[in-house]
Amino acid sequence: MSHKAAIPIGPYHPLQEEPEFYKLIVEGEKVVDVDVRIGYNHRGIEKISEAKSYDQSLFIVERICGICSSSHPIACAQAVEDIAKFEVPERALYIRTVCQELERLHSHMLWLGLAGHFLGYNTVFMWAWKYREPICDIFETVTGNRQNYAMHKIGGVRRDIEKEHIPYILKRLDEFTKQLNMLKGAVLDDPVLHERLKGVGVLTKEDAIDYSALGPTARASGIDIDVRRDYPYAAYDKIKWNVITLEEGDVFAKTVVRILEMFESVSIIRQCLDKMPQGPIDSNPKDIPPGEGIGQIEAPRGECFHYIKSDGTNSPMRHKIRAPTYMNFPTFRETVIGETISDAAIILAAIDPCYCCTERMLIVDDHDKQVMGVFELIRLSQEKTARIKDRYALS
Amino acid sequence: MGLKEKILSKSLYVFHLSSGSCNNCDIELIDCLTPRYDVERFGIVLVGSIKHADVLLCTGSANRLAIPRIKKLYEQMPQPGYVIVYGACGSSRGLFKDSYNTGQPLDEIMPVDVYIPGCPPRPEAIIMGFEKLIEKINSRKEAR
Ligand code: SF4
Repeated sequence: MSHKAAIPIGPYHPLQEEPEFYKLIVEGEKVVDVDVRIGYNHRGIEKISEAKSYDQSLFIVERICGICSSSHPIACAQAVEDIAKFEVPERALYIRTVCQELERLHSHMLWLGLAGHFLGYNTVFMWAWKYREPICDIFETVTGNRQNYAMHKIGGVRRDIEKEHIPYILKRLDEFTKQLNMLKGAVLDDPVLHERLKGVGVLTKEDAIDYSALGPTARASGIDIDVRRDYPYAAYDKIKWNVITLEEGDVFAKTVVRILEMFESVSIIRQCLDKMPQGPIDSNPKDIPPGEGIGQIEAPRGECFHYIKSDGTNSPMRHKIRAPTYMNFPTFRETVIGETISDAAIILAAIDPCYCCTERMLIVDDHDKQVMGVFELIRLSQEKTARIKDRYALS
Repeated sequence: MGLKEKILSKSLYVFHLSSGSCNNCDIELIDCLTPRYDVERFGIVLVGSIKHADVLLCTGSANRLAIPRIKKLYEQMPQPGYVIVYGACGSSRGLFKDSYNTGQPLDEIMPVDVYIPGCPPRPEAIIMGFEKLIEKINSRKEAR
């Protein structure tokens, strides 16, 4: 009879920046099941937003997640604009696109660094975070802040990109591209990384569809989805760029997708700065009529969705948010079972989970007891294993 | 105590606790470790366990699930230990003051030595916060 053991990770674990609790059920070296407890980051953002005015709720959604602090406000603004059918000036659309792509660059760079750190490549971690600094500098030039940009408002944007700043932005982008090329070479030509990441944590195309995976997680499994192309918003339909997809679905493919996407982002920003028309940046909308609206955008991790219902007052009646990790996270279970414990961390990291975004819903599980005996644990885990077996037998 | 504090002020080992933050504070903190700001040159290192730490650096507005765990962590910290709270959320619960899931502010859970305000504070502010803490440790040392 084989012996099963449970390895608790978290909730405050050095591996993760954010609080989260996992229980990996292992048999020897192999992970046979995984369990997750969330709720350490729940702040009740939807409800706070419903108590604020529309202008204020943009600041609240900006603080859902530090990395997506441009995606959430744009999606929220789009939802409100959708209710009232506001026109957004074209220049504002271009500026939104620039912010979105800068955010993607900074997010993917950050991810690459953390992934390197999980693999024990601290050099990659240090490099990636160092090369992320030019992006933060550009953000500071464009929006005035390194993080939490407070840039977007309903009907437009708050700050314009000055003509004098464009040469500086282009210069920093050039620097960034050079370093990105170097990093791309260092990561993709490294035989150790090939060995370590290829064939690890494979998410098949069928599973990706079943779990409704989004963003780079889905695109690395061969699903060709991208909100920027499928439901164009901001200025994406006026610009030439490609959706990167790969077929393999393993961690390596997810890395490659993210790295190649960064090159696309740089090209999008260049085109935007080049084509940006002159004109106003804000349409100063006044009243918001009763109705419903949605806003969809492609955040760095996938589609981010906001739904707002208005009753004609100045605060939302219902505000619903779905962040991409909410869909991507369950794929972790599909990919990690059967792998070794040592790969679990990188497989989890590969979906680039963002709990701050996801945790607006609290799930109280009735068998979540604080003290759990070993036997109970094993029984539970065996039951779970049996359930998985059943499912495989059925399908 | 004097000797311990003298040694402490030379190199602070920091345990980072995210008690329900928006991630930005954590990103800026990790940014401090990387080449541009590099706090390691001041002897400040992030450690993996509270039992190795001299400083508990806490970000975010503690939510109800986190509060008992924060208390437990604080109790496990070896003494003399110091607490820094980082960001508007940590100092005053910030935007999440009215949330149904936010409990007491961090400074009612444990004694706080240094507050670093901002949303998020810039990495320079973190370095300054550490400087303030070292000053505080030194002044205590002299008082004894
Ligand atoms: S202080 Fe601001 S940046 Fe820091 S966790 Fe709170 S909301 Fe986020």
